[in-house]
Amino acid sequence: MDIYRSHVLVCGGTGCSSSGSATLIERFNEKLAENNLEKEVKVIRTGCFGLCEAGPVVIVYPDGTFYSRVKPENVDEIVTEHLLKGRKVEHLVYTDHATREQNAEKALEDITFYKHQHRIALRNCGVIDPENIDEYLAMDGYRALEKALTSMTREQVIDEILKSGLRGRGGGGFPTGLKWKFTYNSQSDQKYVACNADEGDPGAFMDRSILEGDPHAIIEAMAIAGYAIGASEGYIYVRAEYPIAVKRLTVAINQAREYGLLGKDIFGTGFNFDLFIRLGAGAFVCGEETALMHSIEGKRGEPTTRPPFPAVKGLFAKPTMLNNVETYANVAQIILHGADWYASMGTEKSKGTKVFALGGKINNTGLVEVPMGTTLRTIIYDIGGGIPNGKKFKAVQTGGPSGGCLPESLLDTPVDYDNLIAAGSMMGSGGMIVMDEDNCMVDIARFYLDFICDESCGKCTPCRIGTKRMLEILNRIVNGKGKEGDIEKLEELAQTIKSTALCGLGQTAPNPVISTLRFFRDEYEAHIRDKKCPAHHCQALLQYVITDKCRGCTACARVCPAQAISGEVKKQHHIDPDKCLKCGACMEKCRFGAIVKI
Amino acid sequence: MKSLAELEAIRKSTLERINLRKEEKGEVTRVVIGMATCGIAAGARPVMLAFMDEIQKRHLEHVTVSQTGCIGMCRLEPMVDVILPGKDKVTYVHVKPEMVSRIVAEHIVNGRPVDEYTIGAAENA
Ligand SMILES: Cc1cc2nc3c(=O)[nH]c(=O)nc-3n(C[C@H](O)[C@H](O)[C@H](O)COP(=O)(O)O)c2cc1C
Repeated sequence: MDIYRSHVLVCGGTGCSSSGSATLIERFNEKLAENNLEKEVKVIRTGCFGLCEAGPVVIVYPDGTFYSRVKPENVDEIVTEHLLKGRKVEHLVYTDHATREQNAEKALEDITFYKHQHRIALRNCGVIDPENIDEYLAMDGYRALEKALTSMTREQVIDEILKSGLRGRGGGGFPTGLKWKFTYNSQSDQKYVACNADEGDPGAFMDRSILEGDPHAIIEAMAIAGYAIGASEGYIYVRAEYPIAVKRLTVAINQAREYGLLGKDIFGTGFNFDLFIRLGAGAFVCGEETALMHSIEGKRGEPTTRPPFPAVKGLFAKPTMLNNVETYANVAQIILHGADWYASMGTEKSKGTKVFALGGKINNTGLVEVPMGTTLRTIIYDIGGGIPNGKKFKAVQTGGPSGGCLPESLLDTPVDYDNLIAAGSMMGSGGMIVMDEDNCMVDIARFYLDFICDESCGKCTPCRIGTKRMLEILNRIVNGKGKEGDIEKLEELAQTIKSTALCGLGQTAPNPVISTLRFFRDEYEAHIRDKKCPAHHCQALLQYVITDKCRGCTACARVCPAQAISGEVKKQHHIDPDKCLKCGACMEKCRFGAIVKI
Repeated sequence: MKSLAELEAIRKSTLERINLRKEEKGEVTRVVIGMATCGIAAGARPVMLAFMDEIQKRHLEHVTVSQTGCIGMCRLEPMVDVILPGKDKVTYVHVKPEMVSRIVAEHIVNGRPVDEYTIGAAENA
């Protein structure tokens, strides 16, 4: 094995891959060969670094220079300048949003985006080559499995997870150790462990990143879980829309088998365990545990009532222990460093760290991992870099379609399972979508309900018909046809669906409406009573007008596709509301800020 | 199928290989070689390769080799800085590949700079 003096890490996560990182890798290898550097510099494709906003991301070690938004044509310069002559290519170095500083000599950890983070689940993402088991081994990989199998009883393993306070990261927040214990207690000739990698929340992509960046961490954790509960087989249910994750997972499973870390008689302890991948077709409801297991069995992905819980009767009617990807990503670390170490982080009832996917109106779109109890403000402003274009913060949506929108007054809430629920939202899988003054909260609620109506499996009436009725009312409101009594009808439907739907999908479907009604009721009322959208977002409720700032330059009239703008040169123009399509082209074109939405 | 001992060996050798990606700045000895046009023309590349070779042969884990640009004393190239953790930088000048094993053995491994190769010695001569 050769030692290289420099490693070039190129992000191969889905975000950076779609912005062309595969071409970068090819180009690097070509250019390095041209300059006879291929024996000195190694190019490695890693998983996601988290700062997707700045992709494609390239890091050059040992100096740790962080290049962002690298294009294929920049590669030549990085090779001839940095790798050959040791001069950083300054204009490609990442600029910190918060400090306006370039990262030149600074370590990656000093960038504001990473400074507040504490990476446990994401520890190897962007650090190792996910398709090389040796690199995972070098980062203490499979040591936890070795420790569990050779020096701990099954009860001790479960106890450690229990004491760590780890709770399910798939949304429910159920104590993981307890789930392991229940499944351990079930008597059966065959048990299964399963991994939920369906990740259906719009805006969440941490599970994908973990699978892409550190697949062995999941394999190791599932083997540990298998040992603890007494299962010899495991299934990973991953959506087919995640081709990179599926490929890396497949490679990783094969490598683990080759090394004897999966298979028969692991470490000569007599423990047998193997893993299989099942692809999901991307239905949101298949993330629900009973639907997921039906889908693995080859049946229609529909939920069934619980009990029986999977711990008693799950996959193929055998006791099954299902955990989320991120939940598993913590397991090996807990076994290795102990429950006390893990429980020293976080809040009283939510231990450890949580990964959040930042999106929406925020400067640093990407993945962040912070200790539980970090405030929304720190996540959004310090790590996320705040709201772009000087706009005002309005709300943050957490918990995906089952969650809610929290207003500015709650920004200092320390984020954990219980605080978010108390605040009227929930943790969900950790999506965080930031909204600014231009977002209409009624329309946001409508968006989520629209998603739910699409994704409802149709098995139970409250979800199938109830959410549809709610969506109709919301559509009416945003189209300016809202009536007195609509809000009350929404509230009544919400309560009924919540208490009567079959599965979690329906039971939580009204949450976006409930939370926006709680914090932004005035916006609903403005739509219904005044026929106004305060955010000037809903097209049916707004008008474009030209103010006296107009200089009569005629630019707007020329760009209007509907010939709705008239007026003499050098005189104030006028928009005919009957002809106006509300496309906004005129407003974009106007150099004098004379066109406004009212 | 790998035994526990084999896995441990893989861990060790891979760690050596990927060590440079860890940013424990304080712990690492850095060898920085002047590799601008002047340095390369004066023969910096064989010097760098000699360093890498020597480091690999001795399995030195906490040493990184990197390059830097021209610092303006082109007549002294190839120049090499060696920075031990917590110590001041020592600059070697007119470095040739055959000098490398001594620098590694005496300075990097045993902590005693090879005075006669340093910039101080060259300036006083
Ligand atoms: C509609 C619906 C969708 C869900 N989608 C997911 C998902 O995409 N990923 C996930 O891990 N859990 C999802 N869950 C939660 C799972 O049912 C289950 O609680 C979880 O996978 C258990 O793992 P954990 O305890 O490690 O969180 C969903 C639940 C519901 C009701």
